[in-house]
Amino acid sequence: MFADWPILSLLIWLPILGGFLVLAAGRDAPHVARRLGLAVAVATFVASLPLWFLFERGTAEMQFQELASWIPAFNVNYHLGVDGISMPLILLTTLITVVVVVAAWESVKDRIAYYMAAMLVMEGLMIGMFAAMDAVLFYVFFEAMLIPMFLVIGIWGGPRRVYATLKFFLYTFLGSVFMLIALIYMYIESGSFLIQDFHALQLGMTAQILIFLAFFAAFAVKIPMFPVHTWLPDAHVEAPTGGSVILAAIMLKIGGYGFLRFSLPITPDASAVLDTLMIVLSLIAVVYIGLVALIQSDMKKLIAYSSIAHMGFVTLGFFLAFYIYRNTGDWEGASLGIAGGMVQMISHGFISAAMFLAVGVLYDRLHSRQIADYGGVVNTMPWFAAFFVLFAMANTGLPGTSGFVGEFMVILAAFKADFWIAFLAATTLILAAGYTLWLVKRVIFGAVANDNVASLTDMNRREFFLMGLLAFFTLLLGVWPAPLLDVMNATIDHLVAHIAQSKL
Amino acid sequence: MNFEIPDFLPAVPEMFVLGAACLILVIDAFLPDSRRDITYGLVQATLVVAAGLTLWLAGPEVVHTFSNSFVSDPMSDILKVAVYVTSFLVFLYARPYLMERGINKGEFYVLGLFAVLGMMIMISGHNLLTLYLGLELLSLASYALVAFWRDNTRATEAAMKYFVLGALASGLLLYGMSMIYGMTGSLDIAVIATQLTAADETLNVPLVFGLVFLVVAIAFKLGAVPFHMWVPDVYDGAPTAVTLFIATAPKIAAFAFLMRLLVEGMGPMHADWQGMLIILTVLSLAVGNVIAIAQTSIKRMLAYSTIAHIGFLFMGILAGTESGYASAMFYVIVYAVTAAGGFGMIVFLSRKGFEADRIDDFKGLAKRNPWFAFIMLLLLFSMAGVPPTVGFYAKLAVIQAAVGAGLVWLGVVAVIFSIIGAFYYLRVVKVMFFDEPEGSAEPVKPSGALATALSINGLAVLLLGIFPGLLLSLTHYAIMG
Repeated sequence: MFADWPILSLLIWLPILGGFLVLAAGRDAPHVARRLGLAVAVATFVASLPLWFLFERGTAEMQFQELASWIPAFNVNYHLGVDGISMPLILLTTLITVVVVVAAWESVKDRIAYYMAAMLVMEGLMIGMFAAMDAVLFYVFFEAMLIPMFLVIGIWGGPRRVYATLKFFLYTFLGSVFMLIALIYMYIESGSFLIQDFHALQLGMTAQILIFLAFFAAFAVKIPMFPVHTWLPDAHVEAPTGGSVILAAIMLKIGGYGFLRFSLPITPDASAVLDTLMIVLSLIAVVYIGLVALIQSDMKKLIAYSSIAHMGFVTLGFFLAFYIYRNTGDWEGASLGIAGGMVQMISHGFISAAMFLAVGVLYDRLHSRQIADYGGVVNTMPWFAAFFVLFAMANTGLPGTSGFVGEFMVILAAFKADFWIAFLAATTLILAAGYTLWLVKRVIFGAVANDNVASLTDMNRREFFLMGLLAFFTLLLGVWPAPLLDVMNATIDHLVAHIAQSKL
Repeated sequence: MNFEIPDFLPAVPEMFVLGAACLILVIDAFLPDSRRDITYGLVQATLVVAAGLTLWLAGPEVVHTFSNSFVSDPMSDILKVAVYVTSFLVFLYARPYLMERGINKGEFYVLGLFAVLGMMIMISGHNLLTLYLGLELLSLASYALVAFWRDNTRATEAAMKYFVLGALASGLLLYGMSMIYGMTGSLDIAVIATQLTAADETLNVPLVFGLVFLVVAIAFKLGAVPFHMWVPDVYDGAPTAVTLFIATAPKIAAFAFLMRLLVEGMGPMHADWQGMLIILTVLSLAVGNVIAIAQTSIKRMLAYSTIAHIGFLFMGILAGTESGYASAMFYVIVYAVTAAGGFGMIVFLSRKGFEADRIDDFKGLAKRNPWFAFIMLLLLFSMAGVPPTVGFYAKLAVIQAAVGAGLVWLGVVAVIFSIIGAFYYLRVVKVMFFDEPEGSAEPVKPSGALATALSINGLAVLLLGIFPGLLLSLTHYAIMG
């Protein structure tokens, strides 16, 4: 019965309108703003659950479709739908938003109603972006979410917030306008803005390469890939905890989603030609950025670099497809790499959210993110230490946690492509272990470093709940990834079958 | 020679505005200074009635009258209504500004009304002379408006610059028109177009010669680079209420003027003027966006931003397709609405003796008045072309027109400069939201019709962005029927 409901529209507009309601009702009443914000976030999460349960596995068709005419002059439609790639990301978004809203409960003191409103509006926009089947609709959501994020970093951020938020905005804007040109070009070629019509569009090699580069500009900045990653550490360091969580857990995934939704299926031949470049850049992200993470003295910056390295795995998984096919002539391994990248994205959503929350927990208490200011936290915050170690392990890819599944699949796929790619990719296991465990050693273990640390109090119920929730999903996905893979399989197989066809 | 009585009906709005303007001028002469509200009310009522008349007469057919020197078509109907709406907003915004400075004279409104009449004639002119007369009526009224705060030396200086350069541009225009007339033997736009189609190659050189002068004059009037020098000085020097006026509605009329002259009249020479417009476009985008970054005065910044917007406007037209013209028309209407809001916000924040024309005057606005900071945010993002505001669709439309005409590189140039442009809009957002209020800045108290209209203006930018379909369809209907 739910299948006919406009669930996707509800998921988009409930948080957006709810956000404005929070603003209207909670401007002078922080308590109202918090409670109302939580109510909207939870309601949206609950409303997103039918997507998971009613989703038809085994088909690559777009589901829960909604279609309404929007801009008839350009043949642009309000066309929504989800498949196995976007549906899990939407659920991740609704879940993480609940986490972010709860995390802001006490840590955001200034203008809480605006903060809640910005987060909720952003949630709606991100869901809209994942659900859009029309390219203009996609672009509108893709750009519009920059505005709340720009404000969140700029208003509630750290000392260099203005620099960081301008850099964030301009970088992303720079990337996306080239995508806009590519979308317009394809509209003129195909007469439609429907993304699936773009998939079917025949394009010559030059056009494909240019379009690929335009999409690359948009998504490589977003995910981010080396060498256009430099906005991310700045944005993360300056953003408030909630902003960092949204940024790491969801916004980075938009880049990965974009590669799967646009780059691979629209320009398969260009992707096949340029895959070496993509693989090399991914490996640089894995190895070089991993090394950079090692020397960070700021916890948030360390986790930000670790995010870039993990996202390198995602792009590696996606673009191995063609390499594997060239080497083995079989598309089986290609699916493995792409599925691995997807799992890695979802898993990173939980783990990075948890890591940033953990830093936020410490920051709320001591107002420092410097590793040197901590040491021996386990003595005063045992529960916190337990969670921190768990998520650190997940971040290094320990079997049994979600971090392992995706990395393992991608490395497995890499072996089918080339031993040396697999070898370099696998160094991440060592590097990630290096920087993460060294972080744990310096912050958590050892003797109590100073009086500040001695005065720390352990997590309260609210923080415990958040950590517990994320730990649950990290472990669940780690020991039982099958349901997630079930959801994605048909779509990924369809995608691989599609990119196997040359468009030339 | 037989003389026909022309069909007056299509020109009824113009005749009404002319009659009303003359009547209000007389009435105003007998009013004491304390009763200027009557003048204001009458002018606004005139605009409303004119809008009613235009809508009543609107129809899908193209009607020529006065020996083909006047045309009424869907494009003219829609553009005139846009002119009424923006002028109405402008007068509404301007009144508190003028009252606080003790210059709430009837002349402002009556001159404004004459300018509106000039714009209407520019929109409906179908003959080189009619178009020229409309343009001069608008220009003369505008020069007087800029100079109208006569105790203000900067305004007077701006008026001088405006007048001298404007007169030069008018001279160029007339010269160009005379060349075209000489080669085609007609002032009638439609006859010129047919003559040009039939013209043989040998006529080409003098025609292009005349065309250059037309394009230069239009570029002067619109403020496209390299004929833009007067724009920042005039926008900055004029009283904000007047800047508000000359930066908005006249651009709509100038678009129509451009359409009548270049597209309808010189359409067969599209290949010749396309190249000229491309140069103007690229230069306007580059100079407008880059120099705007260096400004500390928000009025000058918006002046340079206007220059950049003119570049985008040209981009739609130079594509030379019907959808391109429709996109440019959409762009100019969106621009007028957004610019009215932007300058209106400066008026809103200014007080007697405090012009609020520095970017720093917007510091901490989010703390002093969050609602209007939000409205300004919407306006700025619309100018920058960030969805979901309507400015995005305007840029989307014109870029699409350029790409559709095979000018992909021009689209790329445009988006690169719009990123540079985004920086200075963002800087104002930054000042409003991230900086603390300066000194003893007290909360801004919204009051009266200005606050309401400004809120509606800002929200319109958002709502038109969420539902852009209607306005886009209207502009497509206006051009393609």
